Amino acid sequence: MTTTESSSMNSSSSPLAVRLQGVRRSFGDFVALGGVDLDMREGEFVALVGKSGSGKTTLLRILAGLDSPDVGTVLVPQRRTVVFQEPRLIPSKKVWRNVVLGLPRSAENRAAARKALEVVGLSHRENVWPATLSGGEAQRVALARALVRQPKLLLLDEPFAALDALTRRQMQTLIGELIENFQPATLIVTHDVEEAILLADRIILLREGHFAHEVTVDIPRPRRVGGAVFDELRLSLLQELGVDE
Amino acid sequence: MTASTTVVESSRPGDEAAVTGLITPRVRRQHQRPLVLTISIRGLSVLGVFVAWWLIARHVANPSKLPTPLEVYHNYGYLFSHEDLWGNLGDSLQRSLKGLIIGGSIGFALGALSGLTALGEESVDIPMQLLRFTPFLALIPLFITWFGLGEKPKIILLSIACATPIYLNTANAMRHVDRKTLEASRSFGLSGLRLIREVTLPLSLPGILTGLRFSMAISVLGLVAAEQINANSGIGAMLFNASGNFDTPTVFCCVVVYMLIGVCFDLIVALISALALRWRAGVAAR
Repeated sequence: MTTTESSSMNSSSSPLAVRLQGVRRSFGDFVALGGVDLDMREGEFVALVGKSGSGKTTLLRILAGLDSPDVGTVLVPQRRTVVFQEPRLIPSKKVWRNVVLGLPRSAENRAAARKALEVVGLSHRENVWPATLSGGEAQRVALARALVRQPKLLLLDEPFAALDALTRRQMQTLIGELIENFQPATLIVTHDVEEAILLADRIILLREGHFAHEVTVDIPRPRRVGGAVFDELRLSLLQELGVDE
Repeated sequence: MTASTTVVESSRPGDEAAVTGLITPRVRRQHQRPLVLTISIRGLSVLGVFVAWWLIARHVANPSKLPTPLEVYHNYGYLFSHEDLWGNLGDSLQRSLKGLIIGGSIGFALGALSGLTALGEESVDIPMQLLRFTPFLALIPLFITWFGLGEKPKIILLSIACATPIYLNTANAMRHVDRKTLEASRSFGLSGLRLIREVTLPLSLPGILTGLRFSMAISVLGLVAAEQINANSGIGAMLFNASGNFDTPTVFCCVVVYMLIGVCFDLIVALISALALRWRAGVAAR
């Protein structure tokens, strides 16, 4: 696969948003990350694909500041937010309070919460308990919570894994639009090669704790599944992952 | 990779302004606390209590009103030889154990009933709550007229007192077992007693054990009240009599015995937890 310069706005002149150098992390004898380098620029969307246990989530947790490497340099923006696999809403707080979790109580933040919920299409649900939301709604609240802080780095840990195919497609479109508007550096961890191609500027394939393969996605946005370039890219990635179709 | 800035490895945020305001995140790490440190701090906290006691007894309080730890220690010799402390302790532990087993079983059964079924809650919850606020100390004379002066009123009193904490905690814990886990278990065909035994009970055990700890404490603290009835044996009777006679060293001796019983009870619960709650490792927030 050719690695060409991306046509989107993440030109190499944008300021650096993430720098990892020589990042290693092991759990007992298991080496989750075996010396990883990664630079991301502001506004860049990177997808991290790989099999289970390849170190994807470990890398994301290190970027989030939830875990630290055994050795290596980690440089990330101060403002970063995570959307986890599960919504992880606080069940004892109403939806809009979940969105402003940890922010100072103010009229501005209240308004910001309202706006963020509007963006994800949940204005009518702002005053209900999280337990009454459907899976897709809860995950959209989690997304609103991540966006309301206007992060410089947005981390998505398989955020659509638990959603049905239809909701997943809607969420992918939504995330694509939101990121186009807000322009954070975004890293998504996913199993789903199609999702990676739909969303990312750059796809990194992680295998046994190392970057095994890297491609730049050169398809103009908005993207849709299918087409010659898409299929070729998809096939090559699946081959790299060791999946035969 | 065109960035030309050199990066200094550092763990403090703010040091790397060279790379356009990026920081190294500060990670909240779970530290494995060294066992020696944990034990020393716990030991020191107990020692601190004794030192404070000794200082107050020595320099602040009137010696006849507050004995020093050493005087209390010497008083034990007297209590063992003249007052049959061992025998009294045995009598008392027997009573509290009986109360705990009878009351605890009833409380657990009713708690399970109330926690598992709506009908159960509707039928037993209010009576149990009323029982919880019944002032038993004031009812002791009535207990004597109803049940006489022997063991019976003592055991009944302790049983009733032990039933409510286990009831409350069991009912609450079973009511709040994760709904989704239950749903999944049901979908795989678990139901009835098997569902309770394999899922509901293990998952509500932390709460039940909290109830057990409260009941254990009440089973010995209740002795002071229960053994007022024909106060001729038991650690509670000893304490009650010594307190009436202003025999402060003996009062303190009894209090310390109570505390040691409490420590033993907690060890028992800790043992049960270690055996039954192994699945909880890595679940707790701390």
